[in-house]
Amino acid sequence: MALLEVNNIHTYYGNIHALKGVSLKVEEGEIVCLIGGNGAGKTTTLRTISGALRPREGNIVFMGEDLAKYKPHQIVQKGIAMVPEGRRIFARMTVMENLEMGAYIRKDKQKVAEDLEWVFELLPRLKERRRQVGGTLSGGEQQMLATARALMARPRLLLMDEPSMGLAPVLVEAIFDTIVKINKEGTTILLVEQNALMALSVANRGYVLETGNIVMEDTGEALKKNPRVQKAYLGME
Amino acid sequence: MQNKYTDWKQALRSGLLGGVIVVVLSLIGIVAAFINTYVIHDVISLGELLILGPVMALSLTAIRKATNKQPGFLLLTAAISGLASGLVILALAGLGQVINLRAMFLNASPDLYAIYAYQQAPIPGLLLRLLVCVIVSLLTAGFTLLPARIKTALGQGLLYIVVIGLMGRLITMMLSNWGFVAILFQWMFAANSLSLIGAIVLFLLTAGLAYWRYGRPKVKRITDPKKQKVVRWGTLAGLGVILIFLPNILGLWFSEILDNVGLFILMGLGLNIVVGFAGLLDLGYVAFYAIGAYTIGVLTSPELGFFNWTFWQAFPVALLMAFISGLLLGLPILKMRGDYLAIVTLGFGEIIRILVLSDWLKPWLGGTQGIQRIQRPVIGIEGVWTRTLTSQQDLYYLILAGIIVVAFVAIRLRDSRLGRTWMALREDEDVAVAMGINHVATKLTAFAMGALFSGIGGTLFAAKIGSIYPSSFQFLVSINILSLIIVGGMGSIPGVFVGALALIGLPELLREFAEYRYLFYGAALVAMMLTKPEGLWPEARHRLELHEEATPPPEAEAEPATENA
Ligand SMILES: Nc1ncnc2c1ncn2[C@@H]1O[C@H](COP(=O)(O)OP(=O)(O)OP(=O)(O)O)[C@@H](O)[C@H]1O
Ligand SMILES: [Mg+2]
Repeated sequence: MALLEVNNIHTYYGNIHALKGVSLKVEEGEIVCLIGGNGAGKTTTLRTISGALRPREGNIVFMGEDLAKYKPHQIVQKGIAMVPEGRRIFARMTVMENLEMGAYIRKDKQKVAEDLEWVFELLPRLKERRRQVGGTLSGGEQQMLATARALMARPRLLLMDEPSMGLAPVLVEAIFDTIVKINKEGTTILLVEQNALMALSVANRGYVLETGNIVMEDTGEALKKNPRVQKAYLGME
Repeated sequence: MQNKYTDWKQALRSGLLGGVIVVVLSLIGIVAAFINTYVIHDVISLGELLILGPVMALSLTAIRKATNKQPGFLLLTAAISGLASGLVILALAGLGQVINLRAMFLNASPDLYAIYAYQQAPIPGLLLRLLVCVIVSLLTAGFTLLPARIKTALGQGLLYIVVIGLMGRLITMMLSNWGFVAILFQWMFAANSLSLIGAIVLFLLTAGLAYWRYGRPKVKRITDPKKQKVVRWGTLAGLGVILIFLPNILGLWFSEILDNVGLFILMGLGLNIVVGFAGLLDLGYVAFYAIGAYTIGVLTSPELGFFNWTFWQAFPVALLMAFISGLLLGLPILKMRGDYLAIVTLGFGEIIRILVLSDWLKPWLGGTQGIQRIQRPVIGIEGVWTRTLTSQQDLYYLILAGIIVVAFVAIRLRDSRLGRTWMALREDEDVAVAMGINHVATKLTAFAMGALFSGIGGTLFAAKIGSIYPSSFQFLVSINILSLIIVGGMGSIPGVFVGALALIGLPELLREFAEYRYLFYGAALVAMMLTKPEGLWPEARHRLELHEEATPPPEAEAEPATENA
């Protein structure tokens, strides 16, 4: 049984039919990436999984359980955390407070303290800046904070929406390094990216989304070599 | 040569501007209105200060902007500026002789020209005015040339004279409560302002003190933790003693002001939770104040005669009512944000006011006549010692106690997990929900806590005045509370205190300025928001945001570890 199964979901914004039957699977321990152009529905897919949006048709099964009956905050408790698009850290709260909010649903104080150490080990830069207000961090640091904040929920599945957006090339590399590291330490990741080359390099498998439909599905390597993907998403002729 | 020329033009421009300011102040009437409001009795009045102040201020600007900093040149610059200002003033007086300006400007009266001419015949008087303008400008220039230490001392001394002189009436009023102690200070004041001898002594004292303190470290840092503790408790105890004796020191009139400020602090602390912490813009906040006050009224007034409870029996019910109505208002507006929220809460505030005003509820709430003879709170133990709190001074202690409790709760809430949750919701509601925050419960508690605090304010208000009318619960009250939070600093608890003092207390002290009170007050507010947009006592995190230069310099985007990759 897969960790996450998205079965033929249709999501609407009013009359706008944003997802037209999206199906995908994420196995325990994988990095799965979802690529697609602007407005393809990538963010919509993640928001539907996290419960912020409700599919009109289809269902989402996490660890064998249909998520339809859960509220967003309950889905977090089930083990799905999200790094939202555009970072969206709590700008007027300190780094520490941001991280505390990430662990909001957890009651095991002891474990939270341990995870804080773990997160600081993964992203040492944050430890130096833990008393600084989020809004004054640099763009790269804010992305790290958004990632760390989601990790503080100790999710089984981490949804990441364009973590490399707007970052300098060196930083993009650092972010992807972190993603691989998080995954190696046991967190399954569903990654949405415009930076298809990097994403496909780290992903076990990938899906291509076009105007609300999954049009391709393969291993990361195979998709990288696929001429159609190369032309549309890797900027090669 | 080029330089000198631009400096002259600059001086001329500053001077003209100074003159124009004086003319404007004269034409709106405040110069004439305050010509007999003395700062130093029979020596200098506020009206005269309003003429000389702008002249000197603009000379100072000219001096600051001058590129040639030689002393002689600076004096010349100042003289030009002063002369220009004086000429503008003279031009108004001259124009007034030729054509009748009064048709347009009511205040361009012969009285004004007489003030300009120091009550002398026009020609010698106006020439004297011109001379004074030049002299004060030269003095300003001379002042800037002095060594820093003397400059500080002189500046301090003059500042104290102006402030104490203007507050002369308030101070003499306060002194009247002091009995024989007042005699010790009586010689300093004459007819609601400083006496000449008082001014001289005050100047020598304050200037001398500033001169002595100049360059000395402000306070010695105490590093010993034990001593630190002693100092902290000492300050607290001192503050406590002052707060306890404040009504006696200040007298009845000031106590009334203190009570008002206190009530607004109470409500400010509550609204600060809703707006400052949780970021929910509530414009109908006065509704809960009304609910608190009216519950007390209905339950205790023998005039209505339903219950005839005592104040303390009604008190918990009133708080419960406020709390529940906070929850009830919270429910329908959970999904709303920003502007929509503001409009709906505004509507709620009006609904409550119209309900208490309505004929329909008149048998219960008194309609326009309100509710009279509300029971005053009684403290003490029946049969041993009791006291009914009726005077402004008595109520002061009740309000003070309320503030202490509420401020304590507000601080604890801010630093609690709930406080963090409010903040996260304020920063980004969607993400907060994605973190697992139950935004329904979180918003409702913010509303309910805010309502509760406002309800406490309402009960004390009812106890204080003994009768309530719908007109006390206007929309403007909500706006005032919101403004004092903004002026003090959004989300800052000490900011609420400072904001209430500035916004509610200051206008009372400005009564000196009669009908021009709100003009001065408005000017002060604008100046305040321009110089301190984050509030007078901002929350630490907010200060960081608005004053970017105060934050540590942002480091380069590159990661040290990956730079050589
Ligand atoms: N709140 C909304 N209301 C209406 N339409 C929306 C809303 N959010 C997204 N859409 C539409 O749904 C479609 C999918 O949007 P989505 O944000 O999922 O795209 P995306 O793949 O994440 O794009 P990008 O790479 O630019 O972030 C788009 O056509 C978009 O215009
Ligand atoms: Mg997107």
